[in-house]
Amino acid sequence: MSKKYWETLPQGSVVLEAGSSAKFKTGGWRSMRPKWIEENCIQCMFCWMYCPDMSVKVTAEGKRAEFDYDYCKGCGICALECPGKKGKKAIVMEEEGK
Amino acid sequence: MGTIVAVTGNEACAQALKQINPDVCAAYPITPATDLMQRFSSFVNDGKVDTELVLVESEHSAMSACIGAAAAGGRVATATSSQGLALMWEMLHIAAGTRLPIVMPLVNRALSAPLNIHGDHSDGMGARDTGWIQLYSENAQEAYDNTVQAFRIAEHLDIRLPAMVCMDGFIVSHSIERVEYIDDGDVKKFVGKFKTVHPLLDLDNPKSYGPLILTDMYHEYKRAQHEVMTKVPGVVLDVAADFEKMTGRKYSLFETYRLDDAEMAIVVMSSAAGTTKDIIDQYRDRGVKIGLLKPRMFRPFPFQEIADALNHVKAIAVLDRADSFGSYGPLFSEITGAVMSMKSKPAVINKIFGLGGRDYLPVQAEQVIDELIQVAETGKVEAIKEYIGVRE
Amino acid sequence: MTTKPLRLKELAKGEDRFAHGHRMCAGCGAPIVVKQVLMATDYPIIAANATGCLEVSSCIQEYTAWKIPWIHSAFENSAATISGVEAMYRSLVKQGKIDDKQVKFIAFGGDGGTYDIGFQSLSGAMERGHDMMYVCYDNGAYMNTGIQRSSATPFGANTTTCPAGDVIPGKPQQRKDLTRIMAAHGIPYIAQASPGNWMDLMKKVQKAFEIRGPKFMNIIAPCNRGWRSRTDDAITLAKLAVETCYWPLYEIENGVTRVTVKPKEKKPLVDFLKPQGRFKHMFAPENEGMLKQAQDYVDAQWDRLLKESAAGEAEKAE
Repeated sequence: MSKKYWETLPQGSVVLEAGSSAKFKTGGWRSMRPKWIEENCIQCMFCWMYCPDMSVKVTAEGKRAEFDYDYCKGCGICALECPGKKGKKAIVMEEEGK
Repeated sequence: MGTIVAVTGNEACAQALKQINPDVCAAYPITPATDLMQRFSSFVNDGKVDTELVLVESEHSAMSACIGAAAAGGRVATATSSQGLALMWEMLHIAAGTRLPIVMPLVNRALSAPLNIHGDHSDGMGARDTGWIQLYSENAQEAYDNTVQAFRIAEHLDIRLPAMVCMDGFIVSHSIERVEYIDDGDVKKFVGKFKTVHPLLDLDNPKSYGPLILTDMYHEYKRAQHEVMTKVPGVVLDVAADFEKMTGRKYSLFETYRLDDAEMAIVVMSSAAGTTKDIIDQYRDRGVKIGLLKPRMFRPFPFQEIADALNHVKAIAVLDRADSFGSYGPLFSEITGAVMSMKSKPAVINKIFGLGGRDYLPVQAEQVIDELIQVAETGKVEAIKEYIGVRE
Repeated sequence: MTTKPLRLKELAKGEDRFAHGHRMCAGCGAPIVVKQVLMATDYPIIAANATGCLEVSSCIQEYTAWKIPWIHSAFENSAATISGVEAMYRSLVKQGKIDDKQVKFIAFGGDGGTYDIGFQSLSGAMERGHDMMYVCYDNGAYMNTGIQRSSATPFGANTTTCPAGDVIPGKPQQRKDLTRIMAAHGIPYIAQASPGNWMDLMKKVQKAFEIRGPKFMNIIAPCNRGWRSRTDDAITLAKLAVETCYWPLYEIENGVTRVTVKPKEKKPLVDFLKPQGRFKHMFAPENEGMLKQAQDYVDAQWDRLLKESAAGEAEKAE
């Protein structure tokens, strides 16, 4: 006999899969979109360190890669904290969908 | 096979905990349970047990630490009374909802206000809806035996629910009685090794305990929690059967006394059952067909089994050592719930007795039986709920 | 275990122990705090969490952002809960039932769950000497329930329960100095940190984890919803809190106080207050005195801290 839905719930509501929030994409919350301008990037990694949503991808060599738009909520902390190169920001915020 | 000793209920429970040797106990002093954990502390400090004793700053933290410890993955116990249980209230629900098999002797005591340190069931009854299994004990022997069995029941892989073992404050907790202790090795074998389920300490498989569950799933979690409770009676009986094999002492969901051919029954829990049995004997000698039913397992409440046991009586008096102001006593409400499923509909009366440690005297039992005789004869109930032993 | 080097490029190669997909508001300071704390060390960590923003947003139904063992039970008891976990660990290791893997235990709580309702539980756990660290992420109000004042709310702030009214303009009281209260517990390590000064924060976490016994860290965690600021300024405000000496970075190690980051130039408090809408009314002409009162308090606290730090330096030199 197949189990009823409530019979399939984990005992004591314990979540057994660590980091399963990755299945929940928060990118749809974004109204502003950060844009990475690589030529202005000095690889300081501040954007990575300060991102509240772990949405700055890093290569195996520890280099900054593209944003992870699946999760980025568009807060803009990265853009504000970006020191850029010679006064030119490596991250700018643009309105989403434009 | 066993050792006969003269001990208090607290001492007997402390001995049970010593023999079970929990991995963690967290405790906070409160009369009349203080003495229990105090004795257990000596076992810890004398190296008689391996237990880590966490001497917290409140009962709320006691239950919180027990929850943390049980989730971590090990055997956990604590003990409390009255206000202490009331302060734990929030955490009692969380222990049960998280399915953590914590065992807690509860030395039943009245709740404030006014402040009172003596025995009644207001504390335990107030916690009846928390999702804990509740076993009530008549005397020190039962408190000891129930404590040993509670670990097996709570930790059973089909159950994994917390369990309270209740005994009457002072009347049982502080009175010296004859108790038969089981040998250490037998207790150890009986409770067995603790089996972990989703231990937090398993670093290779990190788990998250205590998620937010909103409208789309909470209802289902509660439905599932009820389902587990329906499995408890079977496990309680299985454990009791094993226990009888080991000790010869028989336990069930409730105890009946001279009930088989009775026309009238008194339903009462814990220590007051002893006094009532004596008076029943006196009336039996005079040919009055009166018997007793003493619930042992109050949560889950064995409605059908109790209905079957009381099916043949004409009148029932339910004695409650707790009140529900503006309603009937909590035990009465359950018994009338059981009566509902009976074909015969016996008359049921409710007597509130012994609040705040007020003595329950033989004369009160006599008055109740005299009234029951009238009710059984006439089928008429003058007042459903009354207080007995009240100074007027 | 050797302390891992705090170089950004090296750190970035590591795996986050707090995953994306959590549901904290955009620009929230709390997940930055959590990620920095967890990133500072490679020790295995087990965490407890008080009910609050972080808790409700990080573990919902079958979605958890935690990649370490984590437990939430209630609001006022994360310290008691983790003390139970730690006691079980100690018990099982002592009995030889599990191996000692040098597990570190952390309790996370917001300021409501720490300064207020969880204070007794925290105090008790610290006094009992559990080998654990309590981390308060302080955003200065009950943000999860909708910005009600807590004892961590700064003087003058406009919250939903101490609104800037015509008669009472915001919170009348100064904030509780919890870090000093924790110092009075005589525990081996206490620190204040800010995610804007990530290196300082992570060094403190590393230091704490090398010390056995109870540790306490108070970490400022800007909340743009409650502070009525922009979604992008959490780090800027966390830095300004330090530069204005509103949130001094210091540690108390075995009773010896040391300011770990001394601002080159102490900025006026208004630099921290101005970008935050919760202090807007304090800039109105009729409330002029409030700014002075707020500044005077910060100055007095800072001066006292400098004296204590100097005394600590002198003691070390002896």
